[in-house]
Amino acid sequence: MSLSVAIQHSVGETNFSIKFDAPDGLTALFGRSGAGKTTVINAVAGLLRPQTGKVVVNGRVLFDSNNGTNVAPHKRRLGYIFQEARLFPHLSVRQNLKYGRWFASQSARTESIDRVVDMLGIGSLLDRAPNGLSGGEKQRVAIGRALLAGPELILADEPLAALDAARKAEILPYFETLRDEARIPILYVSHSATEVARLATTVVALEDGKVAQQGSASEVLSDPSFTPTGVRAAGAILEAIISKHHADGLTELDACGVPLLLPRLSKPIGMRVRVRITAQDVILSKDRPTGLSALNILPGRIISMRTGDGPGAMVSIQTPAGKILARITRRSANSLGLNIGSECHAVVKSVSVAPQDIGGA
Amino acid sequence: MDWLGPEEWSAVALSLRVSLWATLAALPVGLFVAYILARCDFPGRQVLNGLVHLPLILPPVVTGYLLLLTFGVRGPVGSVLHEFGITLAFRWTGAALAAAIMGFPLMVRAIRLSIEAVDPKLEQAAATLGASRFWVFVTVTLPLILPGILVGSILGFAKAMGEFGATITFVSNIPGQTQTLPSAIYAFLQVPGGENAALRLVAISVAVALAALVLSEVLARKMARRIGTS
Repeated sequence: MSLSVAIQHSVGETNFSIKFDAPDGLTALFGRSGAGKTTVINAVAGLLRPQTGKVVVNGRVLFDSNNGTNVAPHKRRLGYIFQEARLFPHLSVRQNLKYGRWFASQSARTESIDRVVDMLGIGSLLDRAPNGLSGGEKQRVAIGRALLAGPELILADEPLAALDAARKAEILPYFETLRDEARIPILYVSHSATEVARLATTVVALEDGKVAQQGSASEVLSDPSFTPTGVRAAGAILEAIISKHHADGLTELDACGVPLLLPRLSKPIGMRVRVRITAQDVILSKDRPTGLSALNILPGRIISMRTGDGPGAMVSIQTPAGKILARITRRSANSLGLNIGSECHAVVKSVSVAPQDIGGA
Repeated sequence: MDWLGPEEWSAVALSLRVSLWATLAALPVGLFVAYILARCDFPGRQVLNGLVHLPLILPPVVTGYLLLLTFGVRGPVGSVLHEFGITLAFRWTGAALAAAIMGFPLMVRAIRLSIEAVDPKLEQAAATLGASRFWVFVTVTLPLILPGILVGSILGFAKAMGEFGATITFVSNIPGQTQTLPSAIYAFLQVPGGENAALRLVAISVAVALAALVLSEVLARKMARRIGTS
């Protein structure tokens, strides 16, 4: 267990009571704003002192209200990547990168500067001033700066939220590399289902100051009762392997025996990918539909259904490829006689699987 | 410099010395006070703020008289210092003290504004990277407020060059010892035929003040460019 958090804190009317353990890998704190994500990450960093609770990283107690332990932020050995890069304007990129190293003990300097510079592709920026960099470049330098401080845990607070779509796509792969290569656990705050789907090993979903759910990304995101960022953003994740590139520009994936077709992915055959299917791009059919333009049809069984005050219903279907979510109307559910346990077919429009929703896993 | 009489020349030299020492001595204290006013919340903060600004609002004569009461040979602080052989009243050191106190509010104000302009988020970032409070100040805050420190020092220096009321009350107007530029101008204007000497000193005053302003402007711009804030 690399990170263990249990904190109670109240700000004005809001009470936060958040408890979770995060294993290695990238743990996403997921929820809408005000749910307590930033409270948690700042409590871990030591920038906020919770009223009561305990924070333990790799067995080291950083905060414990019972015995008054509260390690100062600069002694916590964490690498914090902020939403705005927060580079030091009076230092060059190189000096920014080396800043944390200056204070780190010899043993903590495990990452070599050259390797990090290489990984982030910032070699040409080293002698520049931060002010002249683009948003994406700044964030890459900030990632490098956090990494080079020799942290035991990396904290990232919505590191992509301030960037436009193109810059997001530029930075996302670096977090994947970080997750897969750096061997440092990452606590990643996000309100974007897309980011979480693509990056998270574990998802801790927060709602109204409490942990609403915790589990693997595919478990949490395919739960129909949990749509923290709205039903429009709800969607399930499937793991698949690229099996074939067709001549007509489509790529075929194999998701546990179920073929999925989507527009050409420029990745090699045999590579594992995560595919995100948003609930509103799925329609349900009682019988196997014929004469449809949609290419991807997955047979399955309804395992849960949630209805609210509105006309919609969120349905979770167990398919051979994994759980997927469908957002349909209550009226259709009634007229089709869909209930928990019903067999049905989930029709996924292949075009709806947008490229930015697909990531290497 | 034969266009200046010995008395005039000594007034100019004394003023420069007094102002330089006043600025140098006030700077560390001013930096400290500006920092705690900008970044720390403590009881009595407003009282401290008021005290710092007092010399700006009080009539200079009052400040000078209070200095005399406190730092005079029989004053509570002055008598102790006198025991140690330090006398401030009617000495150039006293003139430096008066000038420092009169320039202090201006200096603190400029530095405090520049500290408040430093984004605390940068200091937080430095802390998460392992810098203690001291190192955050030295490596992040201080470099970023250098222009403010410079402007504050030059304002303090300029104020010290022009200080008259508190100085003349506290240390009098002794040629060669406590007669600063403004005191000398005043003295020359009191005697018939002193207008020319007074005018020469006025010209020097104006030149020094202008030079200080231009210098601060140029340096501040240079620094701002270097630290990337402009």
